Amino acid sequence: MARKVTTRRKAVVTVLAWLVGLAIFFPILWIVILSFKSEGDAIKTPFEVIFSSWTFESYATVQERSNYFRHFLNSVVISLGSTVIGLVIAIPAAWAMAFVPGRRTKDVLMWMLSTKMLPPVGVLVPIYLIFRNLGLLDTRLGLVIVLTLINLPIIVWMLYTYFKEIPGEILEAARMDGASLKNELIHVLTPMAVPGIASTLLLNIILAWNEAFWTLNLTAAKAAPLTAFIASYSSPEGLFYAKLSAASTMAIAPILIMGWFSQKQLVRGLTFGAVK
Amino acid sequence: MATKASRAAARLMISPAVLLLLGWMIVPLSMTLYFSFLRYNLLMPGMEEFTGWTNYRFFLTDPAFTAALWNTLLLVGGVLLITTVGGTLLALLMDQPFWGQGIVRILVIAPFFVMPTVSALVWKNMFMNPVNGLFAHLAKFFGLQPYDFLAQAPLGSIIFIVSWQWLPFATLILLTALQSLDQEQLEAAEMDGAGPLSRFFYIMVPHLARAITVVILIQTIFLLSVFAEILVTTNGGPGVASTNLTYLIYMQSLLQFDVGGGSAGGVVAIILANIVAIFLMRMIGKNLEA
Repeated sequence: MARKVTTRRKAVVTVLAWLVGLAIFFPILWIVILSFKSEGDAIKTPFEVIFSSWTFESYATVQERSNYFRHFLNSVVISLGSTVIGLVIAIPAAWAMAFVPGRRTKDVLMWMLSTKMLPPVGVLVPIYLIFRNLGLLDTRLGLVIVLTLINLPIIVWMLYTYFKEIPGEILEAARMDGASLKNELIHVLTPMAVPGIASTLLLNIILAWNEAFWTLNLTAAKAAPLTAFIASYSSPEGLFYAKLSAASTMAIAPILIMGWFSQKQLVRGLTFGAVK
Repeated sequence: MATKASRAAARLMISPAVLLLLGWMIVPLSMTLYFSFLRYNLLMPGMEEFTGWTNYRFFLTDPAFTAALWNTLLLVGGVLLITTVGGTLLALLMDQPFWGQGIVRILVIAPFFVMPTVSALVWKNMFMNPVNGLFAHLAKFFGLQPYDFLAQAPLGSIIFIVSWQWLPFATLILLTALQSLDQEQLEAAEMDGAGPLSRFFYIMVPHLARAITVVILIQTIFLLSVFAEILVTTNGGPGVASTNLTYLIYMQSLLQFDVGGGSAGGVVAIILANIVAIFLMRMIGKNLEA
């Protein structure tokens, strides 16, 4: 950038940007702080909260009372499971569409995207009934299936935009040198595709982890992931701010960290390549 | 080049994804459509019968539907307004050089990764609660009467919570778009004597227009289906004051077990969402050609 920026201006912008940034981030910071306080202290005024003593007791209580780890594990299984299965189905499809495009490839892509536009509530009743009849209600398997299907279009699209960027000439060169389809796939394509696959994986885990329509409607006590477990705090008994904070902190921390790593991919994945 | 064999292989590779999505679309959709013409309540099994358009008539003439439709529009419109205006301003701010850019960026994006039930419950309890919430403490500190946000302004409070979740998304996309703006163009305009305002309106806004459209369309798709935030804060109440279409259909189907009525509502929701989807698809499709 050739434009000159005065230090004074930069200082003003710095102060302003930090204030706005901290204000937006504050609720997250606040629950982290409250999670290390006792229930009695957590409802006090902000000054009293800050200067009260710190404790880990809420974390222990949450685990003890509700078997938090089970719900955490449910979240891991459901988000990871649906993402991996989604990738297994989507990688060949996206590969074929990117490297062997046919006349109707574009239509297929657009159609896949259109399934994503379907409001979930429009198929709530049938899915609920199908699940009830097949015994899939409140099972991890059921949620893995649904989340795989709702995120499949995003996975295919993201992979497609990444694969599209791999120059076709490289594949042709490999073919000229006599590489078989299998060798082409393993030695040429895979190494170049890994970064794209990794970002797709990351973004999809985030989306599946935070999904809160199907997870709330299709689970009860047994298979409930963290989204549904945390929702049980909407009708609590007694003081619960510190416990809610501890449960929330643990629920968002892993995804927050993954999210920060995937900022760039987020734009691409969620806009279906419309903004890069 | 693509041979016949590789075409066949390609079709084989695409088919699992296509078949699965086709099943996912057709099976439940046709069931919804079918149920919507039935008198079907889960509490009265075995009494199902064809009723024609009755479910639609009941659903569309229900005062709760009008309220829910209105709430949905306010919710979507309100969040869109806040996030696009706020997101543009934030993106412009963060596009300036300042110290700690990377960290501020991380802080601003964070709310997007917080699961809906957590953000709704945290705002509801730790901030908006009229007794122990932070806003109540603040009000008392200044000698004011604490305000019961979710009881007095339920829809407004939910709009606020959802905006907090989606502001990062808008900001991030608009910032990405801003950073792809040709700096030389800006400099040339500056040398020709264009002030900061006219640079903003004549160069930046046209450049951002596309990104803003994308933000609006994609957010609309998600915002039409806001559910968890309502479930854990107000349960759609008081009355139907914060019930949106998604929540209304959920109540009808899974709380009142009215499969027929809920399905009719589902069909209405699908039609409404499709109107938006058509515009979005067109934009993305155009981009695919370029």
